Amino acid sequence: MSSTTDLPVLLPAAQRLAERARREREVGGPIPRLTARHGAWLAVILVFSAGAAGAQAGAAQESVLSIMLKWTPLLFQGFIFNLAISFLAMAGGTAAGALLGIWQISLLPPVRAGSWLVTQFFRNAPWLVLLFFCMFLLPFQVEIFGVVIPLPDWIKATFGLSLPVMANVSEIVRGAIQSIPSGQWESAESLAFNRRQTLWQIILPQCVKRMLPPWMNLYAILTMATVLASVVGVSEVMTLTGQVLSAEGGRTDLLVPFYSYILLWFFIYCYPIARLTVRLERHFVVKT
Amino acid sequence: MTDTQTWTADQPIVRITDVHKSFGAVEVLKGVSLDVMKGDVICIIGPSGSGKSTLLRCINALVPINKGSIRVEGQEVHDPKLNKLELRKKVGMVFQQYNLFPHKTALQNVMMAPVTVLKQNKTEVEARAYALLKKVRLEGKEPSYPGELSGGQQQRVAIARSLAMNPDVMLFDEVTAALDPETVKEVLVTIRELAEEGMTCLLVTHEMGFARELADHMYFTDRGVIVEHGPPEDFFANPKDPRTKEFLGQIL
Amino acid sequence: MEGFFAWFQWLYDETGINLTYFYDSFDRARMIGGFFTTIWLSLVCLFFSSIIGIVGAWLQGSRLVWTRRIVQGYIQFFRNTPPLVQMYFFFFALGNLLPRVKSEFGFMEPMLGNFTWAAISLSFFAGAFNVEIFRSGIEAVPESTREAAESLGYNRLQSYLYVVLPLAFRVCLPALNNNLVNLVKTTTLAYAIAVPELLYVSNQIWSDSVNVPEMMTTLLILYVALVGLLVWAMHRWERAIRVPGYGT
Repeated sequence: MSSTTDLPVLLPAAQRLAERARREREVGGPIPRLTARHGAWLAVILVFSAGAAGAQAGAAQESVLSIMLKWTPLLFQGFIFNLAISFLAMAGGTAAGALLGIWQISLLPPVRAGSWLVTQFFRNAPWLVLLFFCMFLLPFQVEIFGVVIPLPDWIKATFGLSLPVMANVSEIVRGAIQSIPSGQWESAESLAFNRRQTLWQIILPQCVKRMLPPWMNLYAILTMATVLASVVGVSEVMTLTGQVLSAEGGRTDLLVPFYSYILLWFFIYCYPIARLTVRLERHFVVKT
Repeated sequence: MTDTQTWTADQPIVRITDVHKSFGAVEVLKGVSLDVMKGDVICIIGPSGSGKSTLLRCINALVPINKGSIRVEGQEVHDPKLNKLELRKKVGMVFQQYNLFPHKTALQNVMMAPVTVLKQNKTEVEARAYALLKKVRLEGKEPSYPGELSGGQQQRVAIARSLAMNPDVMLFDEVTAALDPETVKEVLVTIRELAEEGMTCLLVTHEMGFARELADHMYFTDRGVIVEHGPPEDFFANPKDPRTKEFLGQIL
Repeated sequence: MEGFFAWFQWLYDETGINLTYFYDSFDRARMIGGFFTTIWLSLVCLFFSSIIGIVGAWLQGSRLVWTRRIVQGYIQFFRNTPPLVQMYFFFFALGNLLPRVKSEFGFMEPMLGNFTWAAISLSFFAGAFNVEIFRSGIEAVPESTREAAESLGYNRLQSYLYVVLPLAFRVCLPALNNNLVNLVKTTTLAYAIAVPELLYVSNQIWSDSVNVPEMMTTLLILYVALVGLLVWAMHRWERAIRVPGYGT
C-alpha cells in the first residue's frame, strides 16, 4: 500500500480513494457515511413537508401530524420487524461467511476453488434477485425428522438477505487473514504450531479487530437493504407505509413526510453504529 | 530413515549435505554443505540474496528443499514422513522482524507454544516463562504487549519464546538487522550469554565484530554457494577468495 | 436455429424443464427486451451519472459556500438512504407533481414514463458517488504536475487533457468501477416501478407459464454472468493502467 517514492507524484487523495475502493470491494457495496447533519436534514425535511402538506390539506382534513401519530405504532412494529430480519440475516450470514472465508485459504485446492466460486457467485448476484430466488424457490414448510417447520415469507426473505451477507463476510475474513504478515505464520510454524492452531490462536484473534469495521459497515448496508423485502411482499415497514398511504386515500402530499419519517428512524438506529465504526477504524489505524 | 537412536553427541548435530533449493526458476541454494557440532557457534555472512536466510529456513523445514539432505540430530528433515513437531522442539528460530504475536503479552508469547503445542502444565510453563524473561533481562515487562516494547525488547522476548521450547539448536536470522543501533547491543549480549552456556547457534548476521568475537566457525555465502569458511581468526585476517575479500572490504 | 429452439420444446415435454424463452417467440422477445432494457438502463445511468459527477465535482470547488453545501447535502442524501426509497420518492412524489400530457392516442399520461424515472433516480444515486470520486481524483494530482506540463510547452487546456485528467482517471478507476458494478445490480430495483427490465419480464414470464424455478435460475445465472464479466473486465483494465506504487 505504501508508495515507494517520497516525491509527490500523487497527493494523499489518491491513496484515500484507493483505500475507499478497496473497502467497498470488501463489503461489496457503497459504505454509508452517516453524520449528525444528515439526521438534522431529515428532520428539517420532515417538518417542512409535514407543514406544507398540512397547509395544503386545509381545515376539513385531519392534520398530518395526527395521521402520523395515529399510524406510528403500526409502522414501528414494521420497523422492529426490519431490525429482526437484519439481526437474523447478519447472524446467519456471518456464521456461514466466516466458514466460507476460512475455506478460501484452505490448502486443499478444491475447497479453496469451491468456496471462492460460491463467494463470487453470491457477491455478483443483485440482492433483489437473491431475495426473489429465496422467496419463490424455498418451500413454505420443511419437514425435519417428522417435525413440520413452517417457513413464512419473512424467514425466506431473511435467508435471501443472508446470502449476500455470507459472500461479503467471506471476503472480509479472507482479506483480514491475508493482511496478517506472513512472519506470523512462519514464527508460529517454527514454534511447532500446526495450521489449525496457528489459525485459531494466532491469526484469527488478530483479524477480529481488522474485520470489525467492515463487518459493521456491512451491517449498515444490510439494515438499509431490509426495505427490499417490501418488493417481495413481506409486511415490513416499507410495505406498511405503502398500505398506510393508500388507506389515507393515496394523498401524495403525505408521501414525503412519511418517507422522511421512516428514514429518520433508520438514521436514528444506524447513526450510533456508524459513529462507532468510524471510531473503531481510527483506533485501529492508530494502533498499527 | 529415522536413525535418531544412532546419533551420538560426537557427531554433527546439524549436517547439511549438498542442499539445492529453487523458488520457481531461481535457484537460491546450489549445493550447500556444512556441519555443526554440538555447542558450536556458526556465523554465516554474505551479500543479500545469497541464500543465507533460506538456508536457515530449510533447517527448520519452513521451506522444503529440492535436493540434498539436512539432518538434525541424525533426523532427516527433507523427509515427507518427518515429524515436524519433534524437529521444531529441537530447533528454535528467531526472525529479523521479531514476529511476536501482537495480541498476546510478552509472558503469553513465551508461554503459548509449550501450553498449546506441547500441552505442558500451565503453572509450570508460567514459572519457566518468568525465568526466561528474567534471563533475557525483561523482568517487569511480562504484562506488556509487543506494541509497547522497543525493538530490542521485542527481539529478546522472541528469543525467550524460542527457548521456552527447550531447543538444542537456535537459528538467528539477521536478528539485529531491523533494530536501532542502541538496542543491537542488548540483543547481542543475550545471544552471547546463550552461546557461553553451550547452546548450539547458527547466526546469519551483519555484525562482523560480534561474529569475529563469538563464532567458532565463519561461513561466507554468495549466489547460493559457500565461497569460503574457516575459523574467524583466519577468515577475517587473510580471506582467500576474491569475493570474500571484496565483501569484507566493503563491510569492515 | 429452429431446431435449436425446438429442442427446448422437446426438453420441456421430456423432462418438464420449461424454458419458454427458447421455444416461445413471444417470451423470447420479452426476455431479450428485458435484457437489453437492463443494459440500456445501465448505460443511460452511466452516462448521466458521469455528467452529474463531473458537474458536481466542479460545483464542489465553487467559491460560494451554499453551492458547496447543496452539493454536499445531495451526496449525503443519496449516499445514506436506500435506493429503493429514492426511486419511490422520484416516481410517486415527483412524478405526481409533474403535469399530465395528452399522448398520441389521446389519453392523459404522465409526462415522464417509468423508464425515465428509473433512469433519473438511478443516475442521481450513482452520480452522488461519482461527485466524490471525481473530486478526489482531481485533488490527487498535484499542482506541480500541471506546472511541469506547462513548463514543457503544453498550454493550460493541453496540460489538463494530456496530463492531469488521464492521471486523475487512473486514480478514479477502481472506485468508478465499484460504482458501475453497484449500478448494474441496482437496476433491478426498477422492477418496483414496473420498468420492463430483466427481473420484471422474468416475473411476467413465470406468472404466465408457472415456470418459477427455471426462470429464477436463468435470472440468477444471467445476472451473475453479466456482473461477473463486468468485474473481470474492469479489473483487467484497472491492472493495465494502474499507476505503479499506488493502490492495491
